[in-house]
Amino acid sequence: MSRLVVDIVGPATSVQDAGRHGAQRYGLTPSGAMDRWPLAAANTLVGNPAFAAAIELGPLGAAFTARDGAVRLALCGAERPAAIGSGAIALNESFLLAEDETLTLGVARSHVFSYLAIAGGISGEPMFGSLAVNARAGLGSPYSRPLQPGDVIPAKPATIAAERRLDLPRPPEAPIRVVLGPQDDEFGDAVATFLNGEWKISATSDRMGYRLEGPEIRHLHGHNIVSDGTVDGSIQVPGNGQPIVLMPDRGTSGGYPKIATVISADLGRLAQFQPGRPFRFKAVSMDEAQAEYRAMAKLIRALPDRLQDAQQGMLDLDALFTANVAGAAANALDG
Amino acid sequence: MALTTPRILHSGDAAITVDFGREISNDANQRVLALDHILTRHAIAGVRETVPTYRSLLVHYDPEQIGFAALAERLNTLAQSHVQAEATTRRRWRIPVCYGGEHGIDLEDAAAALKMTPDALVTRHAGADYRVAMIGFTPGWSYLSGLDPALALPRRQAPRVLTPAGTISIGGAQAGVQCLPGPSGWHLLGRTPVRTYQMHRDPVFLLEPGDAISFSRIDAKEFAEQDRAAEHGEIIAELLAS
Repeated sequence: MSRLVVDIVGPATSVQDAGRHGAQRYGLTPSGAMDRWPLAAANTLVGNPAFAAAIELGPLGAAFTARDGAVRLALCGAERPAAIGSGAIALNESFLLAEDETLTLGVARSHVFSYLAIAGGISGEPMFGSLAVNARAGLGSPYSRPLQPGDVIPAKPATIAAERRLDLPRPPEAPIRVVLGPQDDEFGDAVATFLNGEWKISATSDRMGYRLEGPEIRHLHGHNIVSDGTVDGSIQVPGNGQPIVLMPDRGTSGGYPKIATVISADLGRLAQFQPGRPFRFKAVSMDEAQAEYRAMAKLIRALPDRLQDAQQGMLDLDALFTANVAGAAANALDG
Repeated sequence: MALTTPRILHSGDAAITVDFGREISNDANQRVLALDHILTRHAIAGVRETVPTYRSLLVHYDPEQIGFAALAERLNTLAQSHVQAEATTRRRWRIPVCYGGEHGIDLEDAAAALKMTPDALVTRHAGADYRVAMIGFTPGWSYLSGLDPALALPRRQAPRVLTPAGTISIGGAQAGVQCLPGPSGWHLLGRTPVRTYQMHRDPVFLLEPGDAISFSRIDAKEFAEQDRAAEHGEIIAELLAS
C-alpha cells in the first residue's frame, strides 16, 4: 500500500471529514471540516465521495512524501504556494505524487484552511461513522490528534489516469449571513449594534470557536442562561460582550445567550477569514437561509459534473454563475 | 388539561430549539425528556438527532427533507401530548464514589461553606435520588437534577483549568458526573471509577438523559481496584432496574 508520510507540518492540521453525528446527546461534538466546500471539491477531483476524510491544513506550511508507490492528490481551499521539486502545483487540480517525491506547501496567502484529498481516501477506523480528529475526546483516525512529523497516512496506490480540474466560482465580498436567535430577545437594542458593527476575528480563535472583536454587545439580563444546545455557527455572547462563533469542535451545550446563528452556506466562508480581516453580519430570513442550504447541497452534489480534463481551457465562469443552482449559492462560496 | 406551549426558537437553518423554560426546573426538564422520548419512538423524516438540555430540546434536521415551518408545527403538537414523566425513566444506576481526600479536594471547603460537616455533606449527596437531566459540554459529562437544596453553593470564583476524570461535583443547584479530565468551576466532592464514556467499550456511552442515578460510598482502596477494572472496559456502575 502506498503511504503519505508527513515530513513537516504546522499547527491546526488534522484529518477531517463531514464529522460524526448522532452522539451530541452524549456530549460528543461532531467535529469535521471547518470549510466543507473545498473538502468536497478536493475529494471530487480525486474521485472520492465529497465528504471522504482528507487532510485539513492550517495556515502554515507543510511537506508530504509518497512512499511505497505513487499517490494521487488534489489541493483546494486557501491559496498557497505548492510544488513538487521545482514544478508548481495548481490549486483545484488533481496531480500525481510519484514514489519518494515530496509535495511542499507554503504559508496560506489568503484565507486559512486548505484540504489535501488522497485518491481512494484515508484508511482508518471510523468512530460514529467518521475519521475526523476530535483531540479533546481522543477521537480520530489514523491519529486521534493533529498531525505531527513522521505520521504515516495509508493511501490507495495511484493508477495512470487523466488529471482533472475544477473551476470554482469566486464570489464578490459579501456580509456573513445569520438567522437571529435562539436568544436574540436577551439583547434588545444590542441586536442592532451586532448587525451594524464591523467585526474582526481574534488571533486566539481555534476549531472550537472564533472570537470576535468589535463593539460591545450588552445583555439585557446578564450573561448566564441555563445551558442549552449549540450548533455549528451559534454566536454566543459571554460577559465581556465580544461574541464567539462556535465552530465544529464546539461544546455540545453552552451557558451564554446566543444572539444569532451563521447560516450553513456561509460558515465555511467565515472559517476562512484570517484574523484581523474586517467583516459584517447581515440578518436573513429562515426561508432564505434554508434556500441557501439546499442550493449549497445541490452544488456539492453536482461537482462531479463540473470536472474538466486538466489540459482543457478555463470553464466558462459566467455560465457557471448563471446556472440555476450555482446562481443561488455562488455568493456563499469563497475559494 | 392542556400543557403550556413551548417556545419554538431558531437555531440556524438546520436546527430548532424547543424551549420549555428559562430556569432549571424539573417540570421543564421532564417535558424536554418526554419530547425526546416521543421523537426516538416516532421518528420524523429529516430529523438527524436530538440534544436534550435542562430547559430545551435541540432538534437537528436536514432542511432538504423538511422545512422549518412544517417541523416546528409537528414539534409543537408533540410537545403538548401527555407523556408520564415516569415513562421516560428507563434505567436506574448506582454509581460508586470515593469522597474527599485527594479524590475530592473541595469536600472540606464546600462543607464549611454550607455550614455542615464533610460527613453530613457526603451523606446528603449520596442519599439523594438523581436523574440525568442532560449530557453535554464534553463527552459523558452528565448533569443531574435532584441535588438536595441544602447543598446548593455558588460556583468557584476561579474555575480550575484541569479537573480529574470521573470527578463528582456540585455547582449551583446542579450535581454532575464528569468523565474526561477538563476545566470546571464546580466543587469537587469525589471521584468515581465509572467511565460514562469509553471509546472501545460496548456501550460507548453508559448513561442516557432521563436515567435515574444514586451514589454509593467506596474507599480509596476500592476506588483503585475498580478504576483498574474500569480501565479494562468493565462498566462498574450497577444497573438496578431497566
